[in-house]
Parts: sequence; structure tokens; C-alpha cells
Amino acid sequence: MNQRIPVTELSDTFRGRAKEALADDQLRTNFRVAMDSLMQKRADAFPDEEEREGLRELGNRIKARALSRLPDLLEQLEAKLTENGVNVHWAETTAEANRIVHSIIESKQGSQVVKGKSMVSEEMEMNDYLAERDIECLESDMGEYIVQLDGEKPSHIIMPAIHKNRYQVSKLFHNKLGVEETDDVNKLIRIGRETLRQKFMEADVGVSGVNFAIAETGTLLLVENEGNGRMSTTAPPVHVAVTGIEKVVENLRDVVPLVSLLTRSALGQPITTYVNMISGPRKPDELDGPEEVHLVLLDNGRTGAFADAQMRQTLNCIRCGACMNHCPVYTRVGGHTYGEVYPGPIGKIVTPHMVGLKQVPDHPSASSLCGACGEVCPVKIPIPELLQRLRQENVKSPDEQPKVKDGGAKYSVKERAVWRFWASLNTRPGLYRAFLWAATRFGKLTPKKVGPWTDNHTAPVPARRSLHDLARQHLTTNENPGGRS
Amino acid sequence: MSARDNILNKLRGSLAGTTPRPDPFDETLVTRPWQYAPEDRITRLRSLMEAVQTEVHQLPAAQWPEKVLALLQERGLDNLLYAPGTEHGQALAGYWQQAGAKPELLAYERPVEEWKDELFWQVQASVTGTIGGIAATGSLALWPDRHEPRLMSLLPPLHIALLKASEIEDNLYSMMQKQNWSAGMPTNLLLVSGPSKTADIEQVLAYGAHGPKELVVLILEDR
Repeated sequence: MNQRIPVTELSDTFRGRAKEALADDQLRTNFRVAMDSLMQKRADAFPDEEEREGLRELGNRIKARALSRLPDLLEQLEAKLTENGVNVHWAETTAEANRIVHSIIESKQGSQVVKGKSMVSEEMEMNDYLAERDIECLESDMGEYIVQLDGEKPSHIIMPAIHKNRYQVSKLFHNKLGVEETDDVNKLIRIGRETLRQKFMEADVGVSGVNFAIAETGTLLLVENEGNGRMSTTAPPVHVAVTGIEKVVENLRDVVPLVSLLTRSALGQPITTYVNMISGPRKPDELDGPEEVHLVLLDNGRTGAFADAQMRQTLNCIRCGACMNHCPVYTRVGGHTYGEVYPGPIGKIVTPHMVGLKQVPDHPSASSLCGACGEVCPVKIPIPELLQRLRQENVKSPDEQPKVKDGGAKYSVKERAVWRFWASLNTRPGLYRAFLWAATRFGKLTPKKVGPWTDNHTAPVPARRSLHDLARQHLTTNENPGGRS
Repeated sequence: MSARDNILNKLRGSLAGTTPRPDPFDETLVTRPWQYAPEDRITRLRSLMEAVQTEVHQLPAAQWPEKVLALLQERGLDNLLYAPGTEHGQALAGYWQQAGAKPELLAYERPVEEWKDELFWQVQASVTGTIGGIAATGSLALWPDRHEPRLMSLLPPLHIALLKASEIEDNLYSMMQKQNWSAGMPTNLLLVSGPSKTADIEQVLAYGAHGPKELVVLILEDR
């Protein structure tokens, strides 16, 4: 069946996967329909342009301010959380973060983990890490649960199972859970609810992400619609939150515009069903909530992006997904084509810092630079500008000291020589004229195949007369004394 | 060196010679578009909450226990989780006794571990208070504490929330300023804006994902 696209069966290059995705009608329809609707919802959620632009500007400033004081705010957050009774851990790499999470679970002799949606845990590939150590780590967001059940990865950061339709989900539930097939979405959700409720009850540890970490009060803020985030952070005796170091903001009031930007940009909702603000473990006299709360702060390449003032702007991201919803490339090739945790425009600018350009050499150029992503970004990350910067880093020679991890992945001596030749041709009039003379006379000699261009196009043949030549003739024949005729 | 030191040192190194950005937080951006005349606040909150399948009733403050009973009877439910240590919990229990109401009142006064199974699977409905409502987004604010624990508004399929009309604020910013949240946050502060929902399959909206399937808001006329 070509409807199911497990990651393992995908081609191992961006180009290969893109080709496969483009030929998959079902996949393309699923994405087109979803992205059209998400774009419309966002537009409807921001009816007043002036209000929207004011809020985006404010969102940008809040994030920029937080980043300009990032180390201080992280220390403040740590101090405040510690005061509230939360254990704060730091991890430079995903391996380190996994070890921390695992040791917390082990110390409780835990074997069952439920997880609310968390993209950082995807970076860590926490499910696999724990599974290898005989710990079940179950996704509890409906979409995440569906993709986990099918052995896949999310294809969208907000709507992980957006590449599937109801029939595919129904078949999956039938095969994996032994329930009857149904095309009623409500019934499918009820099946998920019943199955996962048992897991919430039994779980030893709940894992979640964090949308905003507030330094002022030592608060972890999570937004969600399903209630699985609240379940994961309330029902099990231990809660472990994992987050990137860039999620910290200074003050509680800062989250007012940020939450509004996030939910409206992501889903077109004025607010999500739940905004869950956690500031500590269960107090001695309280009757529920986890007895232990941990926060793991993960670097994973973020300090690398932070080191460059321009690329630092990637850390503004609040993970709303609006850039992918509006991206003509993403809509056509889908999330799995990117082959990494974060797909779409934002994925293209954050992934290189995490995994290095060598692993994602096609990412910076898989864009038409139409600018839609930058235009809709709620915190005004200039995504197209950063893509251009990454393109430059991508072709730097080793002596040019690329500033991004594994920069120069696409550096080619041959290509550099062609460009050098082209540059000298265009800066030396004599040489240029000689080339023009030859090109217009021996045009027929151009090769029939010129790289990938001729896979889908006919080869270009130089015209017999150059534009200069034609213009010169045009001007002499039309130069009559009366000026315009 | 620890991971913590490495991370902080790298960040500090990258910021060397820079100064922190100023804080020109312009609060009018998050307040001015979201201001309503007092009489419009309820209308706005109602219409937004009803748009996401919340049942809203407005009634004289004294009548709410009676309404809760009627809501349970309409649905044929036979138990209700309540918080005996709260003022509204005591009012409810008083009414229940006086009216000889049938549905069993379940008091949340033991730690969750002692009756987890019952809480997860047997409890059919709950009633909780709120610390106010937000007109701009159609939200309730809940401040769970030892008397009214967190799971009360999450586990039961039906959640009934009491909202005093006088405590409906224009927007989130004005509420957090007025109540001075930043001076001391509770273990878990919540905004609830409807019954739990998901659109993860084909973006089709389905209610009752993992939390309550139904949310009923009783707006108590208290002025």
C-alpha cells in the first residue's frame, strides 16, 4: 500500500523523498486540504491587521530581550524553580538528556511512561532510548499516539498525524488494537481516550514539553486542547519536563502576547482549551499532582546558533507551525521528506545547528524564497534571510571558516571554478566581447545535456545575436530627429 | 566542567560586549483591543465558550446547587465529585441534604493514590469553583488547592464550573495584574476554555479527548 509512509522505507535523501512524496496523490491531498484550512483559520483569527502587526512586533521584542539576557534568565529560572521544589537538570547533548530522564525513571523503578506532546523529546528520540531499556514510553497526544502506533515520526509539529486520513487511522487501530473499523472520527477518538486513560492511571512517570518557562515566577507553561498534557503532568507521581534553553522568558506578563500569538498562529484559536501553568510539585497538604517535578534544559546545538547574532534569531521560535502551513514546498512534499524532527521552513533553519549541514545539505535550498514563512512568523524570524545565509555557509570553502555546524557541506571546487570564470568574464570587457562573439556563432556546439536541468527541460541554445547587438541596432534605426514618432 | 557551566559559559561568551535589550512592554497592545463594557463581558464570554460546545447558564447565585442537581438528573448521572472544604462545597452538601438529592456526593478529601481507580473510571461529574473568567478569550481561570485538587476539573466526563459574574475580567493581562499572580503562583494555575477536544484526525473537531467531554459553566449573578 502506498498510503502508508513509514520513515524506514523512505529514500535517504531529501530529493529522493521529495520525488516519492510528490508522486503520492493521497499524501498530497491530505496536506493540501489541511494546510488550506490552517491558513484560513489563522487569517480569521487575526482580522485586524494593525493589531496583528503590533502583537508580532511585541512578540519579537520579548523574545529578543529574553535572548539578550539568556544566561541570567536561565539562572533566575533555575533558582526560582529550585525554590519552588522543582529539580533542574542541564544537558548539552540529547544523549545526556536521555541519561538524565532514564536515571530519574530508574530511581523510581518505573517501567511505564506517558508523554504529552514534546518536540524536544523527539529531538532526543526518547521513546526509542527508553524502549531499549525496557521502559514503555507512550505518546498520549492523539496525533502522536497514532504515528507512534504506526512506527512513524510526526509529519507536522502541531498536527503530527496530518498526513493520514480517517480510513488510514481506522485500519491502523483495527490492526494494532483489534477494534472494529469505523470512519467515524468521534468513535476513533473515543477508542484513543479509553486506551490512554488506563495508561495515564498506571504510569510511573509523566513526560511533557514546555511552551514557555517563566523566570520571574519559576513557572512552566503548557498549552494544549486534549487534556493529555494535564494528565501527563498531574496524574503520575513524577513529572519530567524537557525543554530547549531558548524557551525561557523573563516575566509572567510576557506570556500574554506570546500565548495569543501561538494559539492564533498555530490553529486559529483565540486560546487553547487548556493553558497549564505548573510552578512546583504537590505541596505536603495537597491531594494530587506529582510528588516530584524535574526540568531538563537541553542545549543540542542551540548555543551554536546563539553564538551568531544573525542565526540567534532562530531561537525566537515558539513552535507554532505557521511557517510550514504557509509554505508551498512543505505543502507539496509533506513533513517526512525533511527527514528530521523539525520540518518546513523553521526546520530548515534550526536543524543545521542540531545535526550539522552535512546531514541536511539540501535543506537551505529546498525553498522558493517566496517569503510567506517570514511574513506569517508570529515572532518575526526573517526565515528567508536566514535561508540565504545558510546557503552561503553551505558552500563556503574550509579556508572561509563556515560559522554553522558542518558548514561547507556543498562546497565544490568545480562549481567554485565555474563561478570564478563567470565572474571574470563579466568583469573584463575584452574577454566578455570575445565570449559573446564565440557564443553567438558556435551556439550549436552547446551540449545537449547540462546537468539536472535537462532532465525536465530542453537544453538552452544561445541566440544568434546578442541582446547588446539587437539593442544597438534598435537604437540606430529608431533614432530619428523628431524623438518619439 | 558541568553541562550547566558549559552552556552558561558559551552563552556568556557570545554575549560579551553586548547590553541587554530594553523592556518596552506596551500593555495597550494586549489590553486595548480586548476591552468591553461590563454588560458585554458576559455576552462575549458566553458566545466564545458556546462556540466550543460549552453549556452556559446564568442564574441568581442562590440557585446554583439546584441547577447542578437538575443537570445531573437530565443526564441520568448518579454521582458528583465535590470539594467539601470550600464554601461552595458546603453550600452544595447543605442543599443536597435538604433536598434529599439522589446522586451520591463524592468528597475529594483523600490523596489521589487511595482511590485512583474510582477517580479515573467511576466518577461521572464534578463541580468546582473558579477565580474568574476572561471575556476576551472565553476562558475560566482555576486555582486548584488542597481543598479543590487539580484532577477535579480533568477526570470526570462532566465538569461543572461556578463563575461569579462580578469576577469576569476583560482579558488575561488585566486578570493577572488585578489578582497579582506574579507575587505567588499556586502549584498549578489553569485556564480552561471549553471541554477537551482534538482535531488530530483530518482536522475534524471531536470533543472529549482526554479531559471532560462536557463543560457546563454556571454564571452566578452576584451584584
